[in-house]
Amino acid sequence: MKGASGDWEVVIGCEVHCQVVSKSKLFSGASTAFGAKPNSQVSLVDAAMPGMLPVINAVCVEQAVRSGLALGAAINLVSVFDRKNYFYPDLPAGYQISQFTRPIVGQGKLRVDLVDGSSREIGITRLHLEQDAGKSIHDRDPRTTHVDLNRSGVALMEIVSEPDMRSSEEAGAFVTKLRSILRYIGSCDGNMEEGSLRCDVNVSVRRPGAELGTRTETKNVNSIRFIKRVVEIEARRQIEILEGGGKIDQETRLFDADRDETRSMRSKEESHDYRYFPDPDLLPLVLEQSWVDDIAKGLPELPDAKRARFMDDYGLTVADTDQLVAERGVADYFEAVAEGRDARTAANWVIHDLFGQLNHSDREIADSPVSAAALGGLLDLIADVTISGRTAKDVFAEMFSSGGEAAAIVEARGLGQISDAGEIEALVDELIADNPGQAAQFADNPKVIGWFMGRIMQATKGQANPGLVNALLRKKLGG
Amino acid sequence: MSDALTGLTLGGARDRLEAGEISSLELTEAHIAAMEAARPLNAIITETPDHALAMAKASDARRARGRVGAMEGLPIAIKDLYCTAGVRTTAASNILGNFIPSYESTVTAKLWDAGAVMLGKTNMDEFAMGSSSMFSFVGPAISPWRRHGDDRDLVPGGSSGGSAAIVAARAALAATGTDTGGSIRQPAAFTGIVGMKPTYGRCSRWGIIAFASSLDQAGPLTRCVTDAAIMLGVMAGHDPKDSTSVDAPVPDYEAALHDGVKGLRVGIPAEYRVDNMPGEIDALWRRGIAWMAARGAEIVDISLPHTKYALPTYYIVAPAEASSNLARYDGVKYGLRSRHDKLIDMYEQTRADGFGAEVQRRILIGAYVLSAGYYDAYYLKAQKIRTLIADDFRAAFDKVDVVLTPTAPSDAFAVGDKADDPIAMYLNDVFTVPASLAGLPAISLPAGLSGGGLPLGLHLIGKPFDEATLLCAAYALEQAAGFEALPGSVTP
Repeated sequence: MKGASGDWEVVIGCEVHCQVVSKSKLFSGASTAFGAKPNSQVSLVDAAMPGMLPVINAVCVEQAVRSGLALGAAINLVSVFDRKNYFYPDLPAGYQISQFTRPIVGQGKLRVDLVDGSSREIGITRLHLEQDAGKSIHDRDPRTTHVDLNRSGVALMEIVSEPDMRSSEEAGAFVTKLRSILRYIGSCDGNMEEGSLRCDVNVSVRRPGAELGTRTETKNVNSIRFIKRVVEIEARRQIEILEGGGKIDQETRLFDADRDETRSMRSKEESHDYRYFPDPDLLPLVLEQSWVDDIAKGLPELPDAKRARFMDDYGLTVADTDQLVAERGVADYFEAVAEGRDARTAANWVIHDLFGQLNHSDREIADSPVSAAALGGLLDLIADVTISGRTAKDVFAEMFSSGGEAAAIVEARGLGQISDAGEIEALVDELIADNPGQAAQFADNPKVIGWFMGRIMQATKGQANPGLVNALLRKKLGG
Repeated sequence: MSDALTGLTLGGARDRLEAGEISSLELTEAHIAAMEAARPLNAIITETPDHALAMAKASDARRARGRVGAMEGLPIAIKDLYCTAGVRTTAASNILGNFIPSYESTVTAKLWDAGAVMLGKTNMDEFAMGSSSMFSFVGPAISPWRRHGDDRDLVPGGSSGGSAAIVAARAALAATGTDTGGSIRQPAAFTGIVGMKPTYGRCSRWGIIAFASSLDQAGPLTRCVTDAAIMLGVMAGHDPKDSTSVDAPVPDYEAALHDGVKGLRVGIPAEYRVDNMPGEIDALWRRGIAWMAARGAEIVDISLPHTKYALPTYYIVAPAEASSNLARYDGVKYGLRSRHDKLIDMYEQTRADGFGAEVQRRILIGAYVLSAGYYDAYYLKAQKIRTLIADDFRAAFDKVDVVLTPTAPSDAFAVGDKADDPIAMYLNDVFTVPASLAGLPAISLPAGLSGGGLPLGLHLIGKPFDEATLLCAAYALEQAAGFEALPGSVTP
C-alpha cells in the first residue's frame, strides 16, 4: 500500500469464530436453534447454577475434527479444555470453557484463489472448541441491561490463521474460502448475518521486509465486505499515524459500519488477565486415531478437489468453475444438470440464467423453483432441437415463475420447433418458386440466403429449426 | 424409647425396621426431637422436620408394599453443600442466602431412592473452606464433646463439622459430608465417629456446590465402619452428568467387611512422623500398628518422600480452582445482590458482602497463583508436585494394600482458637491432604481418647477404587480399638 513516504506492506491475520452445527450446546443438552424467545434455551449448566457440571457433546467434537481434516490440519489426539476467567453479566460461570495450550486441531493450510488468477497458501495456526457467551441487551431500558442466555454455551470453533495475508482481497478471499469449506462439510452454516461466523481481524503495517509492526485487533466483523473494509481502514489509519511520527497502540478495536471507521475498545493495559487453567470438571479429550480416520473417509469432496475435477472433466473455464464450486449446493446442482449433457451449456445456463433469476428473486439455490432435473429437461429440448435457444429463455422464465416442466410448457404454448424436414422442404420449394429473382442472385451474393431465412421464419412464427432451414436453402439455391 | 432409637447405628436401625419392631415414623420423630434438643450445637442450618415426617410416612408405606431400599426409612442429615430440590441450600454462605435449588444432587437423589429420610441441612465452613466449621454465615457449629475440666465450646472440625456434630450427638443416624483436603475425616476424628472419603470419581459431584473440583468428593459420616459401608454403597456409582465420575462397578462393601486382615500389608509412612506431633497422637498410631499386627496384618515401613510438599501444594491447587468456581456468585443471576449503579461496583460490593473472610482469602490466593507471571511458579509447579505425590502412593501400593496414619495432628480445639492463624488451621489437614491430592480413598475411625478425654482418629488410605479392602481394614481396626466413648451430652 502506498503512503506519503513510500510503500507499506499490510500484514493481516484472522481469528474466525464459527458456530458449530449441532442440535445441542457444547456442554449441555439445551437447544441451539436461532431466534428463540430469550432465555428459553438455557439449561442449568448454561446458567451456571451451583453444583452444575459440563459434559462434552460428542457431535461438536466430531464437527471440529471434520473441520480440521478439511483444512488439512493435524488432529491432536489429546486436547485439553481450559477455563478463561473474566467477569461479565452474559458469562454466567465467570469463565468461558475454551482450549488454550492444547487445542483439538493444530496447524493446517488453506489455498485462496485471487481475482488475477494467482493463488496463495494461508497458514492455519490452530482450531479450538469453546463456548459462546450469552447476549447483553442494553437498549430495552435506559437504566438496566437484560441478559439473554440462549447463546450461552453454544459451541464455537475458533480458527486462527497465521499473519499470512497481505491485502484486503486476500483477507476477504481467506474468510470466503474458509466459509465455503465449512459449509461443504456442514460443520458451520456460515450465516454471517445471524453471527454464526464472525471474524476478529488483526492488522499491522510495516515497510517491506521489515519486522512485524504492532497490530490492532478489530473484533466481531460480520461480513466479508466489512472484513475487507476493516483491513483498508486500519491499514490507512496506521500508515497515517506512523508517517506522522506516531506509534501504534496494541489494542482491541470495534468496527462501526455506519460511520465506516474503527474505534478503540480497550488497550493492552486494560486487557484482562484471563488466568487460564485446565478445567478440572473435564478430563482431557482423548481421540482414537481409527475414529479420526473413519471421519476422514466420510468427508465429502472439498472445493479444491472439485475445482480441479470440474476443469479437467468438464473443460470449464477458471471463472466458471470458481462460481460453480463455491457452494456445494451449486456444484451438486450443476453436476446433476451436466450429467449426460453438454457440460459447458449446462454451466452457462446455471451461471447466467439460473443465477440471474435467483439473484433477481433473492433466493438460494436450495429454494430454486427450477430443479436440476427440470433444467436438464429444458436443455434436452434444445439438444434435440424441439425448441431453439431463444425460445428456451422464455420457457425457462416461465419455469422459474410457475415451477412447471419445460416439455409441458412447450407443449401447452405450442412452442415446439418445426423440425420435420418434409414440411420445411415444401415451404422452401414454394418460396424459391415464388421468388425466382432473389434465388438467381444467390450465385453472386450468397448473403441473400438471409432474406429467404427471414421469410421462412416469418411464415413459421419462428418455430422452424434454423439449422434445418439453412441447410435446405443452401442445397436448393446452390443446386 | 427415644434415646434407644437415637442410639442405634444405621445397620441396627435397619434391622429393627426390617423386623417390624419400629417404624420409620417413630425413628424419625425420635431424631427430630433429638435434633431440636441439639440446637445449641448450631449443627443444622435448615431443619426440615416436615420433609422428614412426610418421607418417613412414605417409607413406611413403601415397606408395607414390600419395597425396601438399602437405607429404607433411615433418618440422616445432609451437608448444606448438596443441592436439595425445594430446600434452601446455602453452602453456609451469605452469598447464596436463600437460594432454593430446583434440582437434587445425584448423591442425595440416590439416598432418597434408597429410602433415606432427610432431617435437615448441616452447618459447615463456608463453601467447605475450613477445618473448624467456625467460618459459617450462621456462626460456628459446636462439638457435643467437652475437654475434661474445660467448659469452652470445642469445634467439631471442618468443613463437614455440622454433619459430624449431629451424628456424634446422636441426633442423626448418619450424615453426608464432602472432603476436599480432609473435610470428612478430620471432623470425624474430632467427634469420635467414622468418616470416609471415597476415591475421587467414586461418587458423583453433580449438584454438590463446588469448592475445588479436582479434589471434592462426597462421603458418609457414620457411627461405625459398617454404617460407612452401607451408606457408601448407596452414594457411590457412575453418573454421566459428572465427566470425572468413574464407571466402575460398586461392590457390596458390607459383605466384604468381615474378611479379616490376615496377610494384609499395612504401610507405615516414615514422613508422617511430623515435628511437634503430640506424644498421644504418636502413641495412638503405635497402638493402631500393634492392633493390625496382632490380627495378622503384615506391617511394612514405607516412604512417601513428597509428603512435606502436600500441604503447600494443596493450598495452591484448591484455592486456584475455588477462585474460578466461585466466580459465578456475582449478584447477576441468583443469591445476594448488593445494589450499585455501576456493574463493577455491584460485583465488588456483592462479593465483599457475600463472602466471609476465609473464602475471600482463598479467592485472592487462587487468583494470584493463576495470574500471568505467577502461574508457572505456583499453579504449574503445584500440579507437578501433585503428580509426584500420586507417584509416591503408586509406588507404595506396589508393596502394601493400605496405609495407616493418624487422622489429625491434635484433638479438637476450642471455638475461636486458630481463627486468626490460617497457617495453624491449615496444619490440621497435614495427614489427610496427601490422599486428597492423590485422589485415593481414605477413612478415619475413632481409636482412642486424648489426655483431655477427646476422641482421636486413625486414618487408613487405600488403593484407587479399592474401598472394599479399606473398609475391611477399618473394620478390623474398629474391633481392636473398641471405641465406646460418648460425648458428655449423650446418655448411653
